[in-house]
Amino acid sequence: MKPVDEKLAKSFGLNAGEYAKVLEIMGRVPSFTELGIFSVMWSEHCSYKSSRVWLKELPTKAPWVIHGPGENAGVIDIGEGMAAIFKMESHNHPSFIEPYQGAATGVGGILRDVFTMGARPVANLNALRFGDPKLPVTKRVVDGVVRGIGGYGNCVGVPTVGGEVNFHPAYNGNPLVNAMTVGIAAQDKIFLSAAAGIGNPVVYVGSKTGRDGIHGATMASTEFDASSEEKRPTVQVGDPFTEKLLIEACLELMQTDAIVAIQDMGAAGLTSSSVEMAGKGGVGIELNLDDVPQRETGMSAYEMMLSESQERMLLVLKPERAEMARQIIEKWDLDYAIIGHITDTGRIVITHKGVVEADIPLAPLSDEAPLYRRPYVEAPKPEPLGPVSSDMSLEAALLKLIACPDICSRRWIFDQYDSTVGGQTVKRPAESDAAIVRLEGTNRALAITTDCTPRYCMADPEQGGAQAVAEAWRNITATGAKPLAVTDNMNFGNPEKPEIMGQFAGAIKGMAAACIALDFPVVSGNVSLYNETEGKGILPTPAIGAVGVLENAALARGIAIAPGQDLVLIGSTYGELGCSLYLREICGLETGAPPVVDLAAERANGDFVREQILQGNVAACHDLSDGGLLVAVTEMALAGNTGADLTQADTTPAFCFGEDQARYILAAEDAEPLLTAAFAAGIPAQKIGHTTIDECLTLPGGLAISLSILREANEGFFPAWFA
Amino acid sequence: MRAGILLFPGINRERDMVLAVRQSFGTEPRIVWHKETDLTGLDLVIIPGGFSFGDYLRCGAMAAQSPVMRAVRDHAARGGYVLGVCNGFQILTETGLLPGALLRNAGLRFLSMDTMLKVERNDTVFTAKYAKGEVFRAPMAHGDGNYTADEATLDRLEGEGLVAFRYHDENRNGSARAIAGVYSPNLRVLGLMPHPEDLVDPLMGGTDGKPFFDSLAAA
Repeated sequence: MKPVDEKLAKSFGLNAGEYAKVLEIMGRVPSFTELGIFSVMWSEHCSYKSSRVWLKELPTKAPWVIHGPGENAGVIDIGEGMAAIFKMESHNHPSFIEPYQGAATGVGGILRDVFTMGARPVANLNALRFGDPKLPVTKRVVDGVVRGIGGYGNCVGVPTVGGEVNFHPAYNGNPLVNAMTVGIAAQDKIFLSAAAGIGNPVVYVGSKTGRDGIHGATMASTEFDASSEEKRPTVQVGDPFTEKLLIEACLELMQTDAIVAIQDMGAAGLTSSSVEMAGKGGVGIELNLDDVPQRETGMSAYEMMLSESQERMLLVLKPERAEMARQIIEKWDLDYAIIGHITDTGRIVITHKGVVEADIPLAPLSDEAPLYRRPYVEAPKPEPLGPVSSDMSLEAALLKLIACPDICSRRWIFDQYDSTVGGQTVKRPAESDAAIVRLEGTNRALAITTDCTPRYCMADPEQGGAQAVAEAWRNITATGAKPLAVTDNMNFGNPEKPEIMGQFAGAIKGMAAACIALDFPVVSGNVSLYNETEGKGILPTPAIGAVGVLENAALARGIAIAPGQDLVLIGSTYGELGCSLYLREICGLETGAPPVVDLAAERANGDFVREQILQGNVAACHDLSDGGLLVAVTEMALAGNTGADLTQADTTPAFCFGEDQARYILAAEDAEPLLTAAFAAGIPAQKIGHTTIDECLTLPGGLAISLSILREANEGFFPAWFA
Repeated sequence: MRAGILLFPGINRERDMVLAVRQSFGTEPRIVWHKETDLTGLDLVIIPGGFSFGDYLRCGAMAAQSPVMRAVRDHAARGGYVLGVCNGFQILTETGLLPGALLRNAGLRFLSMDTMLKVERNDTVFTAKYAKGEVFRAPMAHGDGNYTADEATLDRLEGEGLVAFRYHDENRNGSARAIAGVYSPNLRVLGLMPHPEDLVDPLMGGTDGKPFFDSLAAA
């Protein structure tokens, strides 16, 4: 074993100043295992040392928030005594090194964050960013990630009901895999991680510990280079079958009064779970690693403490209930082992084969964790877009846009995800702007979405951050649901570069403003930094996952139109083409300022739309986003297999493809009452056309395209790519 | 009809099945853990979908060796009704209660979408509320639904009227002769890949699967 010194600390990811702090806390040279524990607890991934000062700016409170950031996941009140528990988390670095297992274990990890709090997981979503589709490596990563998400989610029996996918060369070496889980629990049956009860047994449940994933959290806190392939052993291997057993065993045990505290073993495994449980409870913890269930022989204390083997939980039990708990866990064929107990020392003490391998005071380990207010430069405001022109016809532009990788149908992807298991999926992928999942045994439903437009964030992090929140809020609103709260997954480059920190700070500022204006607090989240390869960073990607509630699931609206309906556009159209997909795909430019996010208009327009839906005045609703109005109407027509006539609408590209925010298209039997109500409420509204019985989309100006041609263009990309 | 739903580790569509049975039968099905061996009092044994034992080794192979499956064999031998859906179908073929096997889907990808099923005969307890030749919609969600058997067996199944359902719109998983479900010779054991239990509520997009459970409830 190498001697413990500053050089070893550096190889573990601790800088000289951080190592000096370790020496000060310990008052001696730490052991190899102790250094390992410090290094993972103080890694960017576990300590949020670069982002914490900024995350504090986000609003986290509302009357319906039960637990905000700081727990394994956020918890909100969704009525009738129930709580929704949810979070989104990244598994970016592993997914590049080993796409299938990286994505699969990403799903597994976020599921555990949710059921560890007592919730049955009822929905999975994801937010994925991949590199240039022209590169063979992108195809390999997409295939592996999609298979991994499906392989894990399908097996555990949690429906994958939604998500988003973008492509951009900036993700060539750093794809993003953000996975979100939503679970349901009774409000009086929520489990937390703070350990308590001196002498209470600490119990290990789940899979055996192996040598996989050692230092995964540290890997996730550095940039990639040509040697990244060598990091494959740091990726964990998932077993969704064991996870399914773990879900059922934990939920069964949670029906009893045996559990004092519970925490999954995620990043930094046994180290972070034991340190956080004892730290939060203000107690000490003693572990004897001889009793840890092991998959391999000859594992050292260091290896066991840093292993990220999957599907493991750490519990503190009431001693008199330990035997009953053992029977429940073993009924599900899972390992159960008492590996230690809670103490009053305020220290974590690890023994192995009779030797004390680590003895660290817990308070300084967390309280004196590094915290950096890193220097940043604000991103320069983009130049507004000047006049643009293209001689491409509306028809050709529309066909090209709906076929491009960022807009085309995602059917090939979601057809590989089980979206119906559980029997509560009211709206399946692509049927509505947010997925709709009923709460079993009630009339209520959750509306769930993931959103971000990274090209906006790149051009203007503040506007982009606000837009991501606003679009999530809008997607929930478009179904008729009331948006309640947000989980954020901040994916950025190297925070030691001032311009990257500037992007982060700007995005937070925009997100905070939007969350406040829309009463949409952040209740959980995750930060993934160092998404860089060979010094090139990703587009700033603050992915937003959001949850809303609908009291009457039968009122949920989808995007499919039917014959005999008028089409009404809600919201103002200035024709903003800056950063639009029209500009990129048709004009070949990635310039200009992203569309302005007018939060007052967003709020007013959305509240109006929701009210009209709940009053039963709306047959279908779709928000306007990537590709603008013509793309949205095309999606509505294809979903309903119904034609639409927009002959009388404005024919300019700015009107047809502009990406102005705060807009919706409503389909209703009669436009008049909607227009009257909008006028009375001061909401911009105009009739832009009507649906038809012929299977054509008639464009502004009068040219008709058959739905079959549109469908072929829209559905073609993925099947052709993977043919 | 008194129904029981078997629970193996890794089964994940038992909740869907409980809802469908409860709605049509008006009674609560009994949940039977895979280590139980007493099926007394049950008229219908249902094996729901999922990934029993993780689908490790081969789909359904380990579940087929579970203690409860001996009792299911006895139950079938006594003329009891047995329904296996998806993984349940795979378990029934592995147990030998139904002929053939389910291979990986032809395209080697998991398939999750609605499919259209044609009812081959409506004189069984499972299909009495459908018309003969009726086509109904059912979600499918499987990686191994490619039904296969030797030619002689397929000929016999067709000749004896033991094909229960065929894929009517598109045979996506590559099943032999588009077979989606088969009966035992006494028409009392049925296995099928798609999930009628996931389409029994208008809120979930339709009630095409409800006649299936209403048929059983009326038997």
